[in-house]
Amino acid sequence: MRAAPEQYEMISPGNLAAALKLMASEPGRWLPVAGGTEVMVQYSAGRLPQRNLMNVWGLPELRRIEVTPDAVVIGGGCTFAEIRAHKAIAAEFSMLAKTAAWVGSIANQNRATLAGNLANASPAADSPPALLAYEAEIELISVRGTRRIPYTQCHLDYKRTALTQDELILAVRLPRRFAGWRDYVRKVGTRNAQAISKVCMAAQALVQDGVVEAIRMGMGSVAPVPLRLAAIEECAAGRKVNATLIAECRQLLDKMIAPIDDIRSTIEYRRLVAGNVLEDCLRTLAGTA
Amino acid sequence: MRKEGAAKVCGTARYIDDITLPGMLHGATVRSSIARGRIKKITFDPAIPWGEFTIVTAADIPGANCIALIQNDWPCLAAEVVNHPEEPIVLLAHADKHRLAEAVAAVRVEYEPLPSVHSIAESERKDAAVWGEDNVLKSYLMEKGDVDAVWAGADFIVEGEYETGAQEHLYIENNGVIAEYSDAAGLTIYGSMQCPFYVHKSLVKLMALPEDKVRVVQVETGGAFGGKEDYPSMIAAHAALLVRKAGRPVKIVYDRAEDMAATTKRHPSRTRHRTAVTKDGKLLGAEIDLVLDGGAYSTLSSTVLSRATIHAGGCYFWPNLRVRSRALATNSPPHGAFRGFGAPQSLFAIERHMDRVAAAVGLAPEELRRRNFLRPGLTTSTGQVIPEGVDLEHLLARAMELSGYKEKRQRFARENERRALKKGIGLAAFLHGAGFTGSGERRMGSVAAMDATADGMLRVLVSSTEFGQGTNTILCQIAAETLGVDYGVVQMGPADTSVVPNSGPTVASRTAMVVGRLVESAAKEMRHVLTEAGLIGEQYSTEEFQRAASMYVGKHGQLRTEGHYEAPPNVFWDDELYRGEAYGAYAWAVYVAEVTVDTVDYRVAVDDFVAVQEVGRVINPVLATGQVEGGVAQAVGYALYEKVVWQKGRMANNQMTNYIIATSQDIPPIRVYFEEVPYKYGAYGAKGIGELPMDGPAPAIVNAVSHATSADFCAVPLLPEDVMTKLAQVKSQVVEVVGA
Amino acid sequence: MSLQRIVMTVNGVERTVDAHPMERLLDVLREKLGLTGTKEGCGEGECGACSVLMDGSLVNSCLIPVAQAAHAQIVTIEGLGSPEKLDPVQEAFLHCGGSQCGMCTPGMIMAAKCLLMHNVKPSREEIREGLGGNLCRCTGYMRIFEAVEAAARKQESEAAR
Repeated sequence: MRAAPEQYEMISPGNLAAALKLMASEPGRWLPVAGGTEVMVQYSAGRLPQRNLMNVWGLPELRRIEVTPDAVVIGGGCTFAEIRAHKAIAAEFSMLAKTAAWVGSIANQNRATLAGNLANASPAADSPPALLAYEAEIELISVRGTRRIPYTQCHLDYKRTALTQDELILAVRLPRRFAGWRDYVRKVGTRNAQAISKVCMAAQALVQDGVVEAIRMGMGSVAPVPLRLAAIEECAAGRKVNATLIAECRQLLDKMIAPIDDIRSTIEYRRLVAGNVLEDCLRTLAGTA
Repeated sequence: MRKEGAAKVCGTARYIDDITLPGMLHGATVRSSIARGRIKKITFDPAIPWGEFTIVTAADIPGANCIALIQNDWPCLAAEVVNHPEEPIVLLAHADKHRLAEAVAAVRVEYEPLPSVHSIAESERKDAAVWGEDNVLKSYLMEKGDVDAVWAGADFIVEGEYETGAQEHLYIENNGVIAEYSDAAGLTIYGSMQCPFYVHKSLVKLMALPEDKVRVVQVETGGAFGGKEDYPSMIAAHAALLVRKAGRPVKIVYDRAEDMAATTKRHPSRTRHRTAVTKDGKLLGAEIDLVLDGGAYSTLSSTVLSRATIHAGGCYFWPNLRVRSRALATNSPPHGAFRGFGAPQSLFAIERHMDRVAAAVGLAPEELRRRNFLRPGLTTSTGQVIPEGVDLEHLLARAMELSGYKEKRQRFARENERRALKKGIGLAAFLHGAGFTGSGERRMGSVAAMDATADGMLRVLVSSTEFGQGTNTILCQIAAETLGVDYGVVQMGPADTSVVPNSGPTVASRTAMVVGRLVESAAKEMRHVLTEAGLIGEQYSTEEFQRAASMYVGKHGQLRTEGHYEAPPNVFWDDELYRGEAYGAYAWAVYVAEVTVDTVDYRVAVDDFVAVQEVGRVINPVLATGQVEGGVAQAVGYALYEKVVWQKGRMANNQMTNYIIATSQDIPPIRVYFEEVPYKYGAYGAKGIGELPMDGPAPAIVNAVSHATSADFCAVPLLPEDVMTKLAQVKSQVVEVVGA
Repeated sequence: MSLQRIVMTVNGVERTVDAHPMERLLDVLREKLGLTGTKEGCGEGECGACSVLMDGSLVNSCLIPVAQAAHAQIVTIEGLGSPEKLDPVQEAFLHCGGSQCGMCTPGMIMAAKCLLMHNVKPSREEIREGLGGNLCRCTGYMRIFEAVEAAARKQESEAAR
């Protein structure tokens, strides 16, 4: 504990409108804090540069999960525990439920929110690959109104997002158009619980007689931002999964990723394992594993 | 039932950070940012109101600027040079702990950098002389027979090099102390620690105070594992210096990052084996070269090295053996005691090497071991004769049966060819000497006492401390059994140097066996005193005994009896030649690990673990089982997860998020079995148990990984990155062969 | 910056504290309310020693700014039982050897309690997951798993009576 609490301010606006108003009045001054699972770690270590924090934990407008005929809409303030426990998500978007269960521990899942996970924009975050594979959209809100962008456009660079300084993530929309698709998720972490991923992947595909008719893939921890593997999706579409396809896909992946060396792993490991996971994914989805 | 257990499960047990004294200040430490250099200048940023702070430097030390251990080369505060990152230089105290971080950052130390060394290889090459002339903190030569004569007659000569990494204790409670001072009572230290009298000895020297003006009290201690053997003397010294200058009590409690970066770790090691063996698998002799990385100061390295040396030959009969060992200095914080104390390092090497020797000879790993086990009448590496009752073959047979070893060993090898998940099973056989090495116990001359209070409560008085292993429970059980009274009426006295005699440090798996025996003597004496006084007869109830004790106290003012250490007969140890009875007794074990290696991500999962051991009589089965399970879990981490990432002598991953220990979801079922062969000179037949389970899992697991992958792994921690590197090599070789 | 008056219910009792909003709930419990049973192990939500229940959910109190605990229902280890009258989970930890050094114990017991509140008969796998955020360095977890199973059995038999 190396921070002095009296040097920090936290305001609790109490409702969404007040929060947005505060953000609009002093753009960039107030850092929204939901479950605090990232911000409080930085704070305790004395590494949190922002001194002005805005409490958005539990704002009711952000905490709804709505099932409409064409989408499941998850409020940005929903915790991963809530996402895990939701029946429609478990049934139709099981990869998101599984990745929610990857997050830290039960105590972390009770606090960490989907919006927090996206806004924090760690390339190693657990939920993005599934959101990429599901072609999620995010709804942003500010006093100026709401706008909707494809999730693929959310992450601009390492820890940098498309959110403007007065915006909050209102919700994440998962389109309900993937009935009958098979899925694949895998996290390669340092251990089985409380792990930060070294490589993580989510994918879903429509497969007929061993032929990949369509496929969507997301991968994390291998580049400054979570990656949608669009080039590989195109390459695989309409083809049978065999050694030739796998070799081509691995080559494409090699060009797309930019893994790093750090205290958790190495470039070589992340690169080779990313390829292995991709191969495992293709074989598993095609039923040839 | 655990003596202090109810307080622990209710959260009412008081640890050091739970205690606040009136007027107490909080202390913090300014540490070196570089690995080695000369301190040129220390400046205090004028932005800080320094008048509010108590500031201590080496110049404020009234006595000797060292933490007294074996060689006294470890400074309390760096004065002219620093020899490792995070070396303490300046101490600060303030009433508001939130003022400290900023103040620490505002003390600027300028250095003239000096060359440093950061590995065994760099230290050995003398890239820089950082300790003495040759960087050698300590060396031993241990010889048996004539090893030079064996090579000519060997059918096979098998060589191998093995490495083990540093390991962080990661007790859940960080280091911490509170110091207070008054002219009348002198200096009092309360703290989280293993060895109150080590702290006492060190403070007397540092503070230049008479022995009776220093009092050290251990409070509830949240895990130690060796990590609170020497470092509490350092942090207590710092608090003592601050309290003397400030005139108010001072608390220093490290946060996790500071504790991990600044305090001791397990010694990294490198061991080279060269073994002569016949085609029947009979070991003829071996040369073993063992090196430990001791860090910047000698601290406990000589004794860790001693145990590593004696255990280097493992549990085998060597007609001829030469072990050369050295502890070398490097510019990292000193490495210290950690459960196993050198043995896990050298046993990893020998137990990996035995699998290689078996492969070279063409025998199954268990068969090679079986043919060379130490047996009653044979002599250990130091010439100690194995007593009757030792039966490693039986332990091996039982461990193999319980784990389904034979069947799995064959089946896995068969099935692995067509599976991405490769399974393997491996074993390790080993021993652990209980108690101090060599003449340690005799030199120590430990004393335990018992007393009775006026209301008939019976107390065990020892400096042996509880930090989770069960000291309180075991010693009270022994006292109750000897006195013939209910366990509930026996209590532990305070671990307070002004109250208890010196029963020695709580280390080396010696508490149940050695201190337990002293408590047994003290209890026998108490019964004797009350019998002689005519207050009890041959038969008595607990209440009658208590009443008798109470009457005795009423009449004589006190009832206090002691037990003094007596060496078992016919024990001889030669410190020069390293010959003789190295330990009063050894514990013996065979462990089997079953693993799965995933060839997609190269992760290793331990699926099942069987631990069979002989530790003398098991005094408390729940505690003993807990000791083994806990030791195995730490060793699973040592083998597969726990890597200290060093950057120029500094731990770079000093956070729980980045130093990976096993969670509840990573630990396999640990199946624990005891064979009981009572040891005549231990309390109620007990031998040591605490450290043994740290020794065997790493080699058993790595042997299993090697079985699963047909690749030869020779180092721990074995991370997925390491598995990948090796398997990628193997794969590319296969491709070359196919290509040719 | 200024202190705020924060009201919360701790172990069934309404408590009012004046605190800076970013003070950690952990520190407020330990230093302002004297509830030192909740421990700090890492200060970064990794070890779970500071686990408490907040509005019925398991949380790491080191990661909660106290402003976010305003009006919340908090249960700490002190709210479960006392040495004279142990909670069934505490009793099971004591009997099965689930506590060694005791530093992870309060948090571990809170995690076990939370698990059993949501799942009266957890499987071994569910126990392993439920306690995955609580690091123990002493026990190797086996005695802890047994303690949770014993507590579940006890709760079941008490419910059946």
